[in-house]
Amino acid sequence: MKTPIYLDNHATTPVDPRVVDAMMPYFTQYFGNAASRNHEFGWVAEQAVDKARKQIADLIGANAREIIFTSGATESDNLAIKGIAEMYAEKGNHIITAATEHKAILDTCKKLEKHGYRVTYLPVKGDGLIDLDMLREAITDKTILVTIMYANNEIGVIQPVAEIGKICREKGVLFHTDGVQAIGKVPVDVNRDNIDLMSITAHKLYGPKGVGALYVRRKNPRVQLTAQMDGGGHERGMRSGTLNVPGIVGLGEACAICQREMPEETKRLMYLRDKLRNKLEAELDEVYLNGSWEHRLPHSLNLSFAYVEGESLLMGINDVAVSSGSACTSATLEPSYVLKALGLGDDIAHSSIRFGIGRFNTEEEIDYVADKLIHVVKKLRELSPLYEMAKEGIDLSKVSWVHD
Amino acid sequence: MAYSDKVLDHYNNPRNVGSLDKKDDNVGTGMVGAPECGDVMKLQIKVNDASGIIEDAKFKTFGCGSAIASSSLATEWLKGKTVDQALEIKNTDIVNELSLPPVKIHCSVLAEDAIKAAISDYRAKQAQRVGSEQTVS
Repeated sequence: MKTPIYLDNHATTPVDPRVVDAMMPYFTQYFGNAASRNHEFGWVAEQAVDKARKQIADLIGANAREIIFTSGATESDNLAIKGIAEMYAEKGNHIITAATEHKAILDTCKKLEKHGYRVTYLPVKGDGLIDLDMLREAITDKTILVTIMYANNEIGVIQPVAEIGKICREKGVLFHTDGVQAIGKVPVDVNRDNIDLMSITAHKLYGPKGVGALYVRRKNPRVQLTAQMDGGGHERGMRSGTLNVPGIVGLGEACAICQREMPEETKRLMYLRDKLRNKLEAELDEVYLNGSWEHRLPHSLNLSFAYVEGESLLMGINDVAVSSGSACTSATLEPSYVLKALGLGDDIAHSSIRFGIGRFNTEEEIDYVADKLIHVVKKLRELSPLYEMAKEGIDLSKVSWVHD
Repeated sequence: MAYSDKVLDHYNNPRNVGSLDKKDDNVGTGMVGAPECGDVMKLQIKVNDASGIIEDAKFKTFGCGSAIASSSLATEWLKGKTVDQALEIKNTDIVNELSLPPVKIHCSVLAEDAIKAAISDYRAKQAQRVGSEQTVS
């Protein structure tokens, strides 16, 4: 077993060597511009792009012509939200999203607010899921778009996307979802779920960084959006710019592998995730799960280790790559806004660790991480005045703390 | 973020972890910070009656590695000092000793606050003791 161990697969994933193999010829041998219509080099590149388009579409139950290539999910989110806002400005100026969305969604919405749009930020329940009744009530005749992520990047909870899609369809409102954490991990079907637009990125599903896509529905309804990048009119005029052919080939191959291996891989990941959780909870008291257990990605676990601060915990497991909801290093000292949106106290948010298990993690690694964490949590609790007070029966919420 | 060797050393081998009897008149206890800020430090000193010298110091800290290191270092420095000398320890001394980056300066401030709080608790107890002894006699 080699260290450091990578368990931060929500942040990014390594590129699968099979994906690299598929990409390689498109750097040097088939380097053509996919938009070159009058020679062999261009045709070969275009064929490769078309194949990738089909592979991506197959994974999400879409038609190949509904895939628009971008530089990644941040661009896809921007294109979807700004593009719809601009295109449908005459119909309305209201957008609905959720408090736990990725910054690429929230900051795009905030920008639109400065330009006269109105945005509703739905709160989430304690399990991290939105309340469907609140969504229904928030939709007005001015609402043009609902954008709710498929699965959350910090806590791994899967939103009731099919129900959201159904509500949006009934009300005649477009539905965009940021699908980056869910695609390739759980079965996603744009028709089953009534999704009109969906952001995709390659680097979360064992493809390369810097390439992604936006699914844009062509039928029932036909979705139009205003391009945010002007130029040669590539991608049906929705996103100009020479296509990143090797990247796109990689994204396509990554999708094909995910689709082929998902049933088996899901079982393996869930086994490892459950083992990690069970081991930790067997050896440590006051370990809290953040987010719904039932509606959760198979490889995702977010736990709070009460009375232990997250950054000191990461320091103790410095040969394991995970991330913490603690923001001790940030200038504001504010913990994760996602965990706070669940209603967690700041102290529990500061104590959280996010585990993202990936395709290349082994059972041996999971055992090592569990053992090491147990050791470090015990050690830090010996050091923790809060643990001592809690053991003495002091209610920490009733203590008046001395601070600025 | 990279930690300095001294921060790592204190984190891996914290000095003087533990608790002293907070009811003891010769023990001063300082508890500063708040769980929601991600830092709580408890620092205690035990002062020798005859010499006025801090003969023992203990800490427990909930916080990042730099907060743990700052309080661990503080206990090391406190031992052997008089109470007045202890009050001269400045947060900047801790910053320099541990090479703390700007974002971690608040950890050293908290440690200085904890020292001051422990000393003022000790002095309050002493004042009360003197007061009660006077009433008895």
